[in-house]
Amino acid sequence: MMRVEEKLFQNRYRVDGARAHIEIVDGDVCAVHCQDKPCTFCCPAGCYAMDNGGRVTVITDGCLECGTCRVICGEHRNVRWEYPRGGYGILFKFG
Amino acid sequence: MSEHFDAIVVGAGPAGNSAAYTLAKAGLKVLQIERGEYSGSKNVQGAILYSDALEKIMPDFRDDAPLERHVVEQRMWILDDESYIGGTYRSANFSKPPYNRYTIIRSQFDRWFSKKVRDAGALVVCETTVLDLHMDGRRVVGVRTDRDNGSVYADVVILADGVNSLLARKAGFHGELKPKDVALAVKEIHFLPEQTIEERFSVKGTEGVVIEMAGRITQGMVGTGFLYTNKESVTIGIGCLLSDFKKSGIAPYALLEQMKAHPAIRPLLDGGEMKEYTAHLIPEGGYNAIPAIYGDGWLMVGDAGMFVNAVHREGSNLAMTTGRIAAETIIDLKARGKPMTARHLAAYRKALDGTFVMKDMKKYRDVPAVMDKNRQFFTDYPHLVSQAARTILTVDGVDKKTKERAIRKEFARTRSTLGLFADAFKLWRAFE
Repeated sequence: MMRVEEKLFQNRYRVDGARAHIEIVDGDVCAVHCQDKPCTFCCPAGCYAMDNGGRVTVITDGCLECGTCRVICGEHRNVRWEYPRGGYGILFKFG
Repeated sequence: MSEHFDAIVVGAGPAGNSAAYTLAKAGLKVLQIERGEYSGSKNVQGAILYSDALEKIMPDFRDDAPLERHVVEQRMWILDDESYIGGTYRSANFSKPPYNRYTIIRSQFDRWFSKKVRDAGALVVCETTVLDLHMDGRRVVGVRTDRDNGSVYADVVILADGVNSLLARKAGFHGELKPKDVALAVKEIHFLPEQTIEERFSVKGTEGVVIEMAGRITQGMVGTGFLYTNKESVTIGIGCLLSDFKKSGIAPYALLEQMKAHPAIRPLLDGGEMKEYTAHLIPEGGYNAIPAIYGDGWLMVGDAGMFVNAVHREGSNLAMTTGRIAAETIIDLKARGKPMTARHLAAYRKALDGTFVMKDMKKYRDVPAVMDKNRQFFTDYPHLVSQAARTILTVDGVDKKTKERAIRKEFARTRSTLGLFADAFKLWRAFE
């Protein structure tokens, strides 16, 4: 079975080193108030991970800009989600 | 960028391009803003192009559009873990030009479309993200971009910014999307020699095959899979309701991997080289989820307005049609010297109501709820139907009457006799 990292390796990105377009608003909300942490298994690029303390971290480098995490966090509204700056982010070769 | 435009179009997918092209062609001063490196670099679709919607905008599109294969065969597969049972429709009629539908590769197709938009006279600015709408009271008067001094103004703004449509949400026109109203689809493109595709799918020249799939591949979730043939590649993908992904805990990429390993699917991809992995949300809430699509100084087209007919896997044609009709509404108002107020822009919604877009959306308005409440259509039935076929088609010395009795018994055991009738009724009501 192909891992998600291997899949993402095929994609083309222009990563914006200066600014992450997605941020977790309040880490405590994930750790304390969110039971299931659906972002950690629903994100199709596997951008979200949970550490041993139950804290959720996001690394946006592989982001496919689909909006899943934004919609799935509807209850807590704890994902600050913007599109990357113009020209940055995923650059689909085929789409 | 402080000029004033007749219209600003945000986004360069099929809806935005159709709108910008139609407006520019009519001589309006149009600015189209796209956040990608070029139009198409942020866009994802299966992808099938339905000729009719584009013909109404650009009758001669076939002359130079980058088209992959014209579809001559449609397969519908119901899969269980080891098998599939299905229907195929193939007709020589589909090989007589002008062709009805094509597979396309969106980054190439959208780039081509964008050139037509420029040629028609629109100003297309790429690598620019629109951050907010400029409001004057309740009226949209322009947009703020991430360029320096990046505010631009227009009589009307067309929001063609896709399923997430952050602009309408930030402006308070819409609430947040609900996980039950969107499907998350993941997809890969696998490259294969042209000759291999022709042999494997029994096609020649630019003929192509489409396979739509349902059943155990979605592991109990409401969703479907697909496989489309392009010229030198096949795209394979699967999409399920986001609310179901949330409930099931299944990672989308794992679901795709398991689908690819299905004994009926794996041989179709054999020897291919995977070159891109994509994901996209598809608005599948249907008619009942359509938000406000116009207001003072703004109109909404395509995915942003939830214009997808999930039952028939149609979206890009609804996008093009809503884009065209939005543009025609604006052209007409301008010609008559009317202001772009909600009262006048209501003509857009009225015009849409008279087209297949709203008629089809309305026809299937109950399907999302029925599918959501009746998981048996994605779990029990694929298994029952497949098992029935296997029972009948296995020659093992058991007489056919006994086999039929066993099949009936299995259906009744799984769904109860009353349940079977109720299911049939529910389907009929939802799809009638």
